[in-house]
Amino acid sequence: MGEVIVVTSGKGGVGKTTTTANIGTGLAKLNKKVVLVDTDIGLRNLDVVLGLENRIVYNLVDAVEGNCKVSQALIKDKKCDGLYLLPAAQTRDKDAVTPDQMKVLVEELRKDFDYIILDCPAGIEQGFKNAIAAADRALVVTTPEVSAVRDADRIIGLLEANDIKNVRLIVNRLNVEMVKHGNMMTAQDVVEVLSIDLIGVVPYDEKIVISTNTGTPLAGDDSIVGQAYMNLCHRIMGEEVEYLDLESKKGFFAKIGGLFNK
Amino acid sequence: MRFIDLFRKKSSSEVAKDRLKMVLISDRSACSPEVMERIKNDIVEVLKKYLEIDQEGLDIKITQIEDETDNEGKTVPALYANIPIKSMRQGG
Repeated sequence: MGEVIVVTSGKGGVGKTTTTANIGTGLAKLNKKVVLVDTDIGLRNLDVVLGLENRIVYNLVDAVEGNCKVSQALIKDKKCDGLYLLPAAQTRDKDAVTPDQMKVLVEELRKDFDYIILDCPAGIEQGFKNAIAAADRALVVTTPEVSAVRDADRIIGLLEANDIKNVRLIVNRLNVEMVKHGNMMTAQDVVEVLSIDLIGVVPYDEKIVISTNTGTPLAGDDSIVGQAYMNLCHRIMGEEVEYLDLESKKGFFAKIGGLFNK
Repeated sequence: MRFIDLFRKKSSSEVAKDRLKMVLISDRSACSPEVMERIKNDIVEVLKKYLEIDQEGLDIKITQIEDETDNEGKTVPALYANIPIKSMRQGG
């Protein structure tokens, strides 16, 4: 039986969808069978981040309403064996699905997959309630900014109120240079403020923008971000992996710059 | 605080962290200013039976204190009240 994980944040634009795509890719590369479910009905995005936008025939609402079999709505990833997408409907709204319908859908997916990962919409309304209804555990994504961390705190409270006990934190878009100059909170600062356990730190990298341009997630490649996502996947599977030493991974120019700063 | 810290300007990340801590205290207490005002009035009503209190100097707020049952330094919300007494009512 598969495990159901919701990726959520409260605030929009902190990288939920990119994180979901990369976790899916990473877990599939670790030989797990994974389905990513885009629960953001009306604002479909996970398909483009994965580069699968041209293959959609049926969607989540079709599967829930019985217009097709669940298996017919699943899209197989182009590059990664074992990775599937259940896309959101683009022309419906959040009320098209109820929390109970989500539970039924997820129970069916549990039989065939190791991990069912739900990409949650921003906000705390119906879409959020649908996404968390069937989840066993949650990953809360935040950036080291006051507004994102505040929203994350609210989400953590709501997850606990809904009896989701396994809640872990992903600090996304950590700008190492800014942290060094004291102009961005560290991942430890965020953990201290939110008092929940960390599961991943993903540094800011322009490569992420390029990867969404082309629809190719980075997890598992040799970039720092690709490694950070892969480490996150190992931790999701319950393995202990040391956190990357982001500060020492300086580029040539940063090292030269360092000589002059002394 | 060390003496030298008095002359050191806080970095923007420290400012962010401090602001967050403050904002989360009131978010987590889930206590709107209106509810606080009602709590304050009710406490005053009860105390009036026994004491004459200084309503101007009254200070009631929700803060965070260290959880005494937990050694990991976690904090829990607590109601803090500072109520100056003008005089004890006789025979109350």
